[in-house]
Amino acid sequence: MAKENTLGLSRNDYKGRKSTLCPGCGHDSISNQIISTAYDLGLEQHKVIKMSGIGCSSKTPAYFLGRSHGFNALHGRMPSVATGALLANRELKAVAVSGDGDTGSIGMGQFKHVIRRNVPFVYIIENNGVYGLTKGQFSATADEGQELKYYGRNDLPAIDLALEAIISGATFVARSFSGDAKQVQSLLQAAIAHKGTAILDIISPCVTFNNNDSSTKSYSYGKEHEIPLHEIQVLAPDYVEGKEEITIGDYAEGEIIEVDMHDGTIVRLKKLDRDHDPRNRMQAISVLEEAQREQLFLTGLIYYEEPRPTVQENENLIEAPLATISEAAMRPSAEKLAEVMASFR
Amino acid sequence: MCAFQAPTSEQASVSSEPVVNDFAFSVATSNGSGSQTSNNVLVQTLFDMGIPVNGKNLFPSNIKGLPTWYTIRASKDGYTARRATTEIVVAYNGATVAEDVAALPPGGVCIIRDDVAKIAPKRDDITVYTVPVKDLMDQADVPSAFAKRVENMTYVGVVAQLFDIPLDMIRTSLVKNFGGKEKPAMMNFAVIQLAYDYFKDNVEKVDPFRFEKMDLTKGKILITGNEAGALGAIFGGVHVVAWYPITPSTSLVDTIISYKHLRKDPETGKSTIAVVQAEDELAAAGMIIGAGFAGARSMTATSGPGISLMSEFAGLAYFAEIPCVIWDITRMGPSTGLPTRTSQGDILFTHYLGHGDTRQFCLLPASPEEAFEFGWRALDLAEQLQSPIFVISDLDLGMNNWMSEPFEYPDQPIQRGKVLDAEQLQQFIADHGKWGRYWDVDGDGVGYRTIPGTDHPMAAYFTRGTGHDEMAVYSENSETWLENMHRIKVKEETGRKLLPQPIEDYDSSKSIGIISFGTNEPAIIEARDWLAREGVETNCMRVRALPLADSVLEFVKKHERIYVVENNFDGQLNQIMRIDFAEHMANVKSLTLGDGLPMAARWVVNSILEHEGK
Repeated sequence: MAKENTLGLSRNDYKGRKSTLCPGCGHDSISNQIISTAYDLGLEQHKVIKMSGIGCSSKTPAYFLGRSHGFNALHGRMPSVATGALLANRELKAVAVSGDGDTGSIGMGQFKHVIRRNVPFVYIIENNGVYGLTKGQFSATADEGQELKYYGRNDLPAIDLALEAIISGATFVARSFSGDAKQVQSLLQAAIAHKGTAILDIISPCVTFNNNDSSTKSYSYGKEHEIPLHEIQVLAPDYVEGKEEITIGDYAEGEIIEVDMHDGTIVRLKKLDRDHDPRNRMQAISVLEEAQREQLFLTGLIYYEEPRPTVQENENLIEAPLATISEAAMRPSAEKLAEVMASFR
Repeated sequence: MCAFQAPTSEQASVSSEPVVNDFAFSVATSNGSGSQTSNNVLVQTLFDMGIPVNGKNLFPSNIKGLPTWYTIRASKDGYTARRATTEIVVAYNGATVAEDVAALPPGGVCIIRDDVAKIAPKRDDITVYTVPVKDLMDQADVPSAFAKRVENMTYVGVVAQLFDIPLDMIRTSLVKNFGGKEKPAMMNFAVIQLAYDYFKDNVEKVDPFRFEKMDLTKGKILITGNEAGALGAIFGGVHVVAWYPITPSTSLVDTIISYKHLRKDPETGKSTIAVVQAEDELAAAGMIIGAGFAGARSMTATSGPGISLMSEFAGLAYFAEIPCVIWDITRMGPSTGLPTRTSQGDILFTHYLGHGDTRQFCLLPASPEEAFEFGWRALDLAEQLQSPIFVISDLDLGMNNWMSEPFEYPDQPIQRGKVLDAEQLQQFIADHGKWGRYWDVDGDGVGYRTIPGTDHPMAAYFTRGTGHDEMAVYSENSETWLENMHRIKVKEETGRKLLPQPIEDYDSSKSIGIISFGTNEPAIIEARDWLAREGVETNCMRVRALPLADSVLEFVKKHERIYVVENNFDGQLNQIMRIDFAEHMANVKSLTLGDGLPMAARWVVNSILEHEGK
């Protein structure tokens, strides 16, 4: 019998339809990490919505969490659609998938504004530096000086979406590599627990158009150059110290950073070679600047801060989903209308 | 009267007999000078006197300084259309005084500021009353910071004195206009009183115009269409409003914000309605579509440029079949056009908004009462038809004050359309063996939807703008594509019958019919009376929704000649009729204006008489 999670569901129950992406696509491994994470956490799929824009990455919500409603919206406009859905029903958790074209070019405005509004959802950018569906044009995250078969040399500087996210006021910004299953899953868990917009920029190689060794978004580059900023362990809200073994390994006092998430989840970061505290905004920006300058591929939780009020809190919305409140709560009385009419006499 | 006035072949002639409650005046000031308060007070007071009245603001796209006109028409017969000419002008703007004075008919009245009078052209066939604004203001006890904004109160005092408006009633509406705040109201009133007394003591009245109390506004209200639409949405249970400010739609969402308190949860004090100012119209459209997908009632309000930006999303919502409501308070295009002038120029574009074969449902309100009704009904229709519903109003209805009957409370419970909760879904599957989001079991083209959060393993589906089958599964199959398009056409027919039907005034003895829509209504009512006096009897139909009801073609067939009267340049309703039934259009004549102003009866009358050879 297949293994079951706390809801009595197997991992298969969290799958979606068969992927139609190219075999070996980095996006498919991210879908798999989403499936594993949701299964491990015992997520109730009917309380999840899957949102996306347009592009290879945006097709993937069809390939995971088959029991969740999904919306494959317009190119670059997923953030606004997700915002509306989460205003309609604040009990929903949204897992959104976008790409570097969808976010970094056509969708840059909505990307920044959804962060500014602090819409609480997981925003995954499956970043491969290239437009796949239109056969391999450079995206805005492509490396400066990179060569592509048909489009020649890219003369423009790359946009760093993690940096853009921090500057826009994001309270959770992480970067990972689709080949690093363990780290992607840990970051996903933490992002799901976050009460605000959680940006996950995941480098995800395009096996067809952008997987040559010179590209910083290829498998070989990712595997050889990934420098995790820390080891990550995510402890569930019901984790009890002492009863469960800490698997992050041996550590000395001061080498661990504990980040308390709003829902009781604890993210434990074990310092590696670099001394990076994700709670320091200026340091986070410096780390990204340095990485860009020296072509380093730094991964992990780059920036975290205690989230600002969410869009629903700022709107002072009732806790219950607006979508299903009673007619009595939706339509003021005839007496109220009469009062309003009298004021226009 | 002003640079935007269509040339007219005739002038209103003014007799020396007393003219009571049947004349119009135009107030020429500069934008941002505070004249709006003066004008509102005059309109409100005439309304309080029981005299049918309208006020139309013809303002520039500017915050301060450019010329602006406000026309006020009193009509004992209850006509509320804009008048093409006015017998009286309040000439307070030197920049436009030449044209303002020139536009007066012989026997007209010019109330003019003394400094403006110095540069005004001389006419010996009109009555001129000069207002010593500076002297009056010198006498008034007004702090200098407010002086400029208060000096427009002088013409209120003059108009009240010359045309017999009781000062105590002016005072009442002034206090009302200041939201009950006595102090600023009284500062303004003191100036009105000074001007009133000065004219009473020093100026002899020689013109024939006068107001007299009537009782024709009893029980009525004065309200703008944007306020009406906003209240409609509040009483229609809207949950999510997303918007981006644009003239002339802004006051619609502003009104929703100011009535949000009606939608407070009594227990927690929290809101059952979210109003989000988006970063642009694209995001506003995205938010309402996301909300509609998740089961909420959602709407936005915008104008033509915003509609242009929303077209991709409108196509998505049409094809993915997501309920949402989009108000277009039309202003004059193309492009930025005349941003503060009215137009009916968006109906063709909006009806077909989106690439590919889209045909959107549109409602066309003509009055505040209808704006209120369509405000809540559009939210019902959106969920019943699982589609965007466009409500196409215009600047004239949206921003001007209209006399109206108080609004009627919705006469039906809220209609949420075909939504299955977990239990109903279980039953549906038991009854039919399966469930598919776009499966048309009822034959009306409308499937059953589920919303996120429905706790049933079969409830989920994937919403997309790409080709899909009735199970909402991606498909590029040609047959599947055509089946889906045919079903959407069935839904269009369902909508054609469900949408508000035309209002028809038909008498089989008449062979001429007028077809129109929206805010042309007052002009057409007046024009038909006028035409009847000229011996041209007409029937009339006012279209209230697109796609056109079947009765439109029936109406066309029943007449020898049809005039399609509309306030756009290209005759867009006429074009839509041509698309639907070109073979029946031989006797249909398109009458179009599109000059940026609310339609006046005279233009309708002249146009029809010309074609009738009279």
